[in-house]
Amino acid sequence: MRDRSQLQAAGQPFTFDAERNDEFERLCTRYPIRESMIMPALWLAQEQQGWISAEVIEYIAERLDTYPAKVYELATFYTMYHLRPVGTYHICVCRTLSCYLRDKQEIVDFITDEIGIKPGQVSEDGRFSLEEVECLGHCGTAPVVQINGEFHEEMNVEKLKAVLAHLD
Amino acid sequence: MEVKILSARFDIDNAHRIDVARTHGAYRALDKLFAMAPAEVIEEVKASGLRGRGGAGFPTGMKWGFLPKDTGKPVYLAVNSDESEPATFKDRYILVRDPHALIEGIIICCWAIGCHDCYIYIRGEYTSQVKILQAAIDEAYGAGYLGARVAGRDFRLDVTVHRGAGAYVCGEETALLESIEGKKGQPRSKPPFPAVVGLFGCPTIINNVQSIASLPYIIANGAAAYRAYGTEKSCGTHLFGISGHVERPGMYELPLGLPLLEVLENVAGGVWKGRKLKGVIPGGSSTPVLTPAEAATVTLDYESMAAHKTMFGSGGIVVLDETVDMVRLVENLIAFYHHESCGQCTPCREGLGWMLKIVRKLLAGEGTVADIDLLRELCDNIEMKTVCVLSAACTMPVRSYLEKFRDEFEAYALDGGSPQPEQREG
Repeated sequence: MRDRSQLQAAGQPFTFDAERNDEFERLCTRYPIRESMIMPALWLAQEQQGWISAEVIEYIAERLDTYPAKVYELATFYTMYHLRPVGTYHICVCRTLSCYLRDKQEIVDFITDEIGIKPGQVSEDGRFSLEEVECLGHCGTAPVVQINGEFHEEMNVEKLKAVLAHLD
Repeated sequence: MEVKILSARFDIDNAHRIDVARTHGAYRALDKLFAMAPAEVIEEVKASGLRGRGGAGFPTGMKWGFLPKDTGKPVYLAVNSDESEPATFKDRYILVRDPHALIEGIIICCWAIGCHDCYIYIRGEYTSQVKILQAAIDEAYGAGYLGARVAGRDFRLDVTVHRGAGAYVCGEETALLESIEGKKGQPRSKPPFPAVVGLFGCPTIINNVQSIASLPYIIANGAAAYRAYGTEKSCGTHLFGISGHVERPGMYELPLGLPLLEVLENVAGGVWKGRKLKGVIPGGSSTPVLTPAEAATVTLDYESMAAHKTMFGSGGIVVLDETVDMVRLVENLIAFYHHESCGQCTPCREGLGWMLKIVRKLLAGEGTVADIDLLRELCDNIEMKTVCVLSAACTMPVRSYLEKFRDEFEAYALDGGSPQPEQREG
């Protein structure tokens, strides 16, 4: 089954910044029930903080007048919410069918050798994290790597070296 | 072989922007649309023969006709943009290259079914795609195609993008509804069907992105023009995503009914590196694999695929060359479905895990022929014993590999290793 991280505390209260609060309020008008807003609110929080902390769970529950357990239920069911901090650069390598057929393993092995992290790990300096994910929907340009949401298609080790070299 | 109906604007620079899209024909179907009564639109779509492009192939117009009349409740449209099945990547092209075709299609559908609130459920992994889609929706609001008075008519329509977050099961229509309602994406038992009790307990239509994006052409040009493509029962065109071991993988729009091997050869450049064909997955990872002999006789339509005991599915075609180790491939597939099980039904949650253990036991050289038979038995005992078809999406293809490539499984069981020399060396 899925590798579930334990919910961690960030150690400080969470509130939406002004921009995300406006988006939260706008989206609230689009649903006839409040609980529909749990997933959008989790996304807004993750965009702002980078991950979903215990404080985020409490805050969203309060804003939506529901139970923290209800918010936690969704945060743990859906695999793209990070329940602990990820690296400054979160590298997702597609592990599934077409990427598998076109040598995604070389990419994973290179990251493990070069950066020293295996799937599920964060580098000691917090700069990189690696995750093997299910199909990213770029099968025609496999193998594909997604770094902080940006897709890098038809990847190979040489291309990945160039991409990593251009990161801040 | 290629045709450009759905993909007509794909190669035009900045066609995702409304000014460019309009210059090249976007929203031109609306004048004709609003001169038609909703029932006429439904009849036109029925006449076009359009079948749902998400995989099941159910006639789109007929599905709309299932909505109960005058319930007093709002009607919802949920656009399924959760394409998550390995080998399926066609809807992404519409979202990114021609999102206004989708928005125009949504207006057409909502007019036909009397809907004023549409939700587009887009998979969470589509990070850059969701931004392009949202920008297009914002433009459509700005241009008056969405909002209180669509195209100046007395018709309100709001479109909201709802992001998934990495759950394949949410592509199942009732799991998708649960997810929009702020719950875990666990499929509902049917009946009641969503057309009667759907989103927020109200009548709901769920259509795939490609189905909806096909509507502007049908309304603008008429059902007969659409039926001019394809076969009698598999009408129109389809976006085929071709991947795996081919020279030119990519997304191609083709009329339905073409011979599979001709498409692979003439459109996708044939098997890469001059290698031999070993198998073809015809419609996404959940569809039973075809041998080269079967691939030589099948055509790209629903009926031919069914006659070959496989499925048209999503049109995501994967080419397997002679070096593929089928046991390792099956391990990759089962791992996907096991990971994506929502956990609601025991046969799926536990059964797929056992299947994975057995295949890994074989790969480790510790399996027996009895394990191969047990794997087959598990397929039979899991399939159709769950709320949704996620487990069947795993067992159906696995059964096909066991039947058609049993010698490879036996090589692991009897000889402790892969029949592929490269795999042994590795």
